[in-house]
Amino acid sequence: MFVKNKWVKLAIVPLMAALVLSGCGGKDEGKSGDEGVLAQIKDKDKIVFGVKNDTRLFGLKDPGTGEVEGFDIDIAKALANEILGDETKVAFEEVTSKTRIQLLNTGKIDAIVATMTISEERKKEVDFTDVYFDAGQSLLVKKGSDITGIDTLKGKKVLAVKGSTSAVNIREKAPDAKVLEFENYTEAFAALKSKQGDALTTDDSILYGMVDEDPSYELVGGTFTEEPYGIAVKKGNEDFVKELNKALKALKDSGKYDEIKDKWIKANN
Amino acid sequence: MDFSILTNNIDMFLEGLKNTIIASLIALICSLVLGILIAIFRIAPFKPINWLGTAYVEFIRNIPLLVIAFFIFLVFRIPGLAAGTMALTIYTAAFIAEAIRAGIQSVPKGQMEAARSSGLTYPQAMWNIILPQAIKIVIPPLGNQFINLVKNSSIIAVIAGGELMYQGDLISARTFVVFDTYIFVAMFYLVLTIPLSLGVGQLEKRLAKNN
Amino acid sequence: MDFAGAYTWVNIKFLLEGFGVTLQVAFFAIILSFFIAGAVGTVRYAKVPILSQVFAVLVETIRNLPLLLIILFTFFALPEIGISMEKIPAAIVALTIFEAAMISEIIRSGLNSIDKGQIEAGRSSGLSNFQTLRYIVLPQALRRMVPPLVSQFISLLKDTSLCVIISLPELTHHAQVIYGQNSGYLAPILLFIAFMYFAVNYTLSVISRRLEVKKFNPPGSDSVSRIFPLYS
Repeated sequence: MFVKNKWVKLAIVPLMAALVLSGCGGKDEGKSGDEGVLAQIKDKDKIVFGVKNDTRLFGLKDPGTGEVEGFDIDIAKALANEILGDETKVAFEEVTSKTRIQLLNTGKIDAIVATMTISEERKKEVDFTDVYFDAGQSLLVKKGSDITGIDTLKGKKVLAVKGSTSAVNIREKAPDAKVLEFENYTEAFAALKSKQGDALTTDDSILYGMVDEDPSYELVGGTFTEEPYGIAVKKGNEDFVKELNKALKALKDSGKYDEIKDKWIKANN
Repeated sequence: MDFSILTNNIDMFLEGLKNTIIASLIALICSLVLGILIAIFRIAPFKPINWLGTAYVEFIRNIPLLVIAFFIFLVFRIPGLAAGTMALTIYTAAFIAEAIRAGIQSVPKGQMEAARSSGLTYPQAMWNIILPQAIKIVIPPLGNQFINLVKNSSIIAVIAGGELMYQGDLISARTFVVFDTYIFVAMFYLVLTIPLSLGVGQLEKRLAKNN
Repeated sequence: MDFAGAYTWVNIKFLLEGFGVTLQVAFFAIILSFFIAGAVGTVRYAKVPILSQVFAVLVETIRNLPLLLIILFTFFALPEIGISMEKIPAAIVALTIFEAAMISEIIRSGLNSIDKGQIEAGRSSGLSNFQTLRYIVLPQALRRMVPPLVSQFISLLKDTSLCVIISLPELTHHAQVIYGQNSGYLAPILLFIAFMYFAVNYTLSVISRRLEVKKFNPPGSDSVSRIFPLYS
């Protein structure tokens, strides 16, 4: 053989070094393993919330400040205020409908406050708090569209977001429609504006945000499902769920909840 | 491994596989034609055309395929699968043009001069004398470009084009079974790309022997 | 189309921030993948038993998979087996895995392109294996590897855009955030980021060509594109 062992060993050194380096990121693992999420939150004195960054009125990133703003964000801050006594003891991590359960179960976030509907399917994966917002699925179309509701979708292209309950529901409620699913609401709405579909479907609350951005679009046909939003936490953290429910109740009793809701959700709820 | 993911969603996987194959084949043929055209532009004995070919290759090669795909999908408003196929064509053509140009320029210049002086026009000489020789040299890199093309077709998932990666994404989002779903997606891709790689490898060996 | 509205300082600053993440991820992935690929390529070139076969299988598998799938897999599937990373490390790891497989092939073909006669000559003139590799094979092989390596680094920089799928706050994702506000910004912003990618990548490719022409290709030496038709 041409190469002696020495050289092989030499070659392996950078490989190992690189493997070790690239493995470093993995060390966070297990932070949600031994003790409960609530205990960890108290330890680090901070709650990491998974929030939307692309949903106007609920969680939207402002390029100017780099901050995320919306109903979900204010709710999350208020919850932190109740639980840790300071609304600045929060960190926000961007999630999409597709990524949020993964991020929660791998311990990258402590709780999801991201327009997330409580559903039986999802209850198998995560635990939910009480309902903190009532939404319902609806349709968004360009003004003057011939789509007037769920029964006029035959042969139409309907846009949705991967991993959302709306994408599942619309296939049941309008089996004759063609459903196209996108990574996030930015892409889905951009696709609607680019006439890649005839309607966009998701919760009315999110659709109102889109109308707010571009008033040449409107909601049609009312709501055809009930989408109660809950805060999701990793399974097996009953104490954290209880704490969050207690905090939610406190917010509702003190009027803080209504204040936040009035700030973001104006006319329609 | 949870094979029920595969069997329960086999229709979606196959639909995705079909779309991946369609997009790759169409993009292959179109990018080959476009790539040859641009390669000819690049070596044409006429400066403005020359410059046009160079500008195309330099610009397209240096921007991400995904940005091209978003542009065609959102700005030109072409449906996902078609937009993705067009983006793949435009992108791959730049690489194919470069491979072909290198191939053509490796044919000694004297041959063109000899062909021209024996009465052939420039296009005739190019088509009958230069290209057949160049093709031998460029076949292996073209094969590699085709493998890249099949892999790159996965970006169609981001613009809802319904190919393999998109279907896998929907399945994993719906079933919450991520690991196994992606492993199956990977296997479907390998079924397409491994035979191609082996074929290209064989071709390279055979061509190397002939020289 | 609203060019004036799209190109405000706020938006451009936001894009530059995203580009910072793009460059950061690309930089670390380039360094890591180069070292890993160096080791893998050398082991395969030297045909180290077992290790070489194992690497061959790994490299061939990874090279034949879409990078998008590898990114998704790293971020969403690996946590299921206990390897969980934040977005930026996950992006770096995924890119490194994919690019290291690609680059190891460049390194292997570069080493293989050196005439075996030279190795024998080196050995018979009393150099050790290591010395032959170090003083005879490597300098020539590296010279030939520079252009395809730069091409691959450019690919890597472009490929960082695929990390939008895990919402990595890089350039393309920040572009999405901006055109999400106003569809009039779509074309202007996409064009703008295209030029940002182009500016960096084109500069890299020009530098690499200068190097190739001036330093590495003295008149009469064989053309690089003949050894690396794949990457030309």
